[in-house]
Amino acid sequence: MSEPVLTEQISQQLLLDYYKKMLELRLFELKVQELYRNGRLPGFVHLYVGEEAVAVGVCANLEAPDLVFSTHRGHGHALAKGVPPSIVLAELWGKSTGSSGGRGGSMHMYAPEYGFMGTNGIVGAPIPLATGAALSAKVRKNGQVVVCFFGDGAVNSGSFHEAVNLGAVWDLPVVYVCENNLYATEMAFLRATKNTSVASRAAAYGMLGVAVDGQDVVAVHDAAQAAINRARQGGGPTLIECKTYRYVGHHEGDPGTDYRTREEVQQWKQKDPVKLARKRLLEAGVEESKLQAADQEIEQLIDQAVEFAEKSPEPSADSVHDHVF
Amino acid sequence: MPEQGRVITYADAGVEALREEMARDSSIVYIGQGIGPRGGNFRQTRGLWKEFGDERLRDTGICELGATGVAIGAAMAGTRTVVDEVFLDFALEAITQIIQQAANISYMSNGKIKAPVVIRGAMGAVRNAGAHHSHTFYNWFANTPGLKVALPATPYDLKGLFKTALRDPGPVALIEHKSLYNTKSVVPEEGYLIPFGDARIVREGKDLTIIAMSRMVDLAARAAEVLAQDGISAEVIDPRTIVPLDRQKITDSIKKTGRLVVIDESPSYCSFAGELLAIAAEDCFNELQVSPKRICSLGVPNPFSPVLENQMIPSVERIVSEVKDVMSTSRRKS
Repeated sequence: MSEPVLTEQISQQLLLDYYKKMLELRLFELKVQELYRNGRLPGFVHLYVGEEAVAVGVCANLEAPDLVFSTHRGHGHALAKGVPPSIVLAELWGKSTGSSGGRGGSMHMYAPEYGFMGTNGIVGAPIPLATGAALSAKVRKNGQVVVCFFGDGAVNSGSFHEAVNLGAVWDLPVVYVCENNLYATEMAFLRATKNTSVASRAAAYGMLGVAVDGQDVVAVHDAAQAAINRARQGGGPTLIECKTYRYVGHHEGDPGTDYRTREEVQQWKQKDPVKLARKRLLEAGVEESKLQAADQEIEQLIDQAVEFAEKSPEPSADSVHDHVF
Repeated sequence: MPEQGRVITYADAGVEALREEMARDSSIVYIGQGIGPRGGNFRQTRGLWKEFGDERLRDTGICELGATGVAIGAAMAGTRTVVDEVFLDFALEAITQIIQQAANISYMSNGKIKAPVVIRGAMGAVRNAGAHHSHTFYNWFANTPGLKVALPATPYDLKGLFKTALRDPGPVALIEHKSLYNTKSVVPEEGYLIPFGDARIVREGKDLTIIAMSRMVDLAARAAEVLAQDGISAEVIDPRTIVPLDRQKITDSIKKTGRLVVIDESPSYCSFAGELLAIAAEDCFNELQVSPKRICSLGVPNPFSPVLENQMIPSVERIVSEVKDVMSTSRRKS
């Protein structure tokens, strides 16, 4: 992976926007971690810490009506698609103001009003769903593009094979984004499969596949821009493999060090996407004070989300039967 | 159900429902294997491809998991779909999408996302197809909150229930029976809807209530004919949809007759027949004169041998014989 340079395609202002968005994802997840460890949040959470450049770099290219399908590690995707942190956190808290009114939680969080078609508790399952949403867009000719995020764990599932094949053969406007963070739960990708190049699998479906540095928001942005434009113009799907890493365990409570070394985690932290973007902005001449102001703005946003979620009411117990059908 | 008029097959009644609804609602897309130029393994989409083309009749390879997920995802995004599993058995390849995604989505999204998808498949024994092609597990679907389950027993019911399913906001499992495709009944040419949760009184009677679903409805009606010759007046009821269930009509009948026999092609253990007996116990305990009875398929995988499969599945003779036993049981002491 080469030293990042500020490409011509991306302006300083846009990079600042991406930096702020990545910081929002980072601080949000660290706040969730803190709340969860303090016993404030029910359920289970899988945090996105370390992978921020993928969600932000991809979603930066999407229009409001475009759709995103996400995973069990999906808070970052929701935020990147524009779902306010307040209603994401309220959902994690099981509150009535959450994106699913407290019926979903971390892995079943839906905000179609922002084009966010859900996190998902089942690995691989969103790939057929996203492909179907792209079929809907194609049949309706509404110009929508659909992005489907999934991890390296999903690419060895039957769902991946069957859905990607249909997306390719029908030239659907969908972009398949694999976040290859090297571990499916605790299973190292190189122990799970003989071919560890996810991008190369695209060839099996007659589809374009590209691999990018998933810690570099500009690289992700550029690859996603090309794929999303191609999809929107009727050129069919693309498989983008983003090489990334989660700093945390599989889920909160898993130290994440039984199956990988502390050295490996430290090495990846050297390529931190948020720090990289910050460094690049400073090198491009953006003043430190401007970045500090941005940092403060994001910290306030997260604080406000906590206040909103904490004060929000619980769902009424009487509403348990609502919305089954 | 009209007694006079045009007579068509069960397969053609399904085609007619689709043709009418696809013409009315241009958003409907139909997905499945062999449903295009071939017109379906059971001729269940005959002629539709010529009329609606590749864009709306989407033939797929053999990939039920992918095709079903695609149909559900399209529905979530606002395009009404039908996914044809062809054999209900093959829905097992896609069961995670049906149960985990389609059935849960309305609830998980607080009602913000609906999945207007019809999951279509043909169940049951036909011509000794063997264990992989004969399952009748509609009770599994009925045990899943968020999924409606329709079991049309006649061409008339298939057309009306299919059209209703194609206007329903949520996922509907429309489960046909393979051995019914060539059966015939009067089906009006004009469109009509059969509401969900509206049981059909197939035959009125006063001595006992027989409830049957799908192909077993015909067996129950034939058994009732035989029983009538022996002076036993059986009321035969077909729930038509088991989710939602017309609990009122069912319990009214049981309270009236005081006797219940359920005919079910599924094995009895943890079956829908068991649910009907539970309803009878909960709602009609005081009126029941004898223990309710289930006449179900034996708890074995569908055997290939015609001799063995006939032994497994309820027959008219077995129904008649077991109903006579029920009728000869004396009134329980109060």
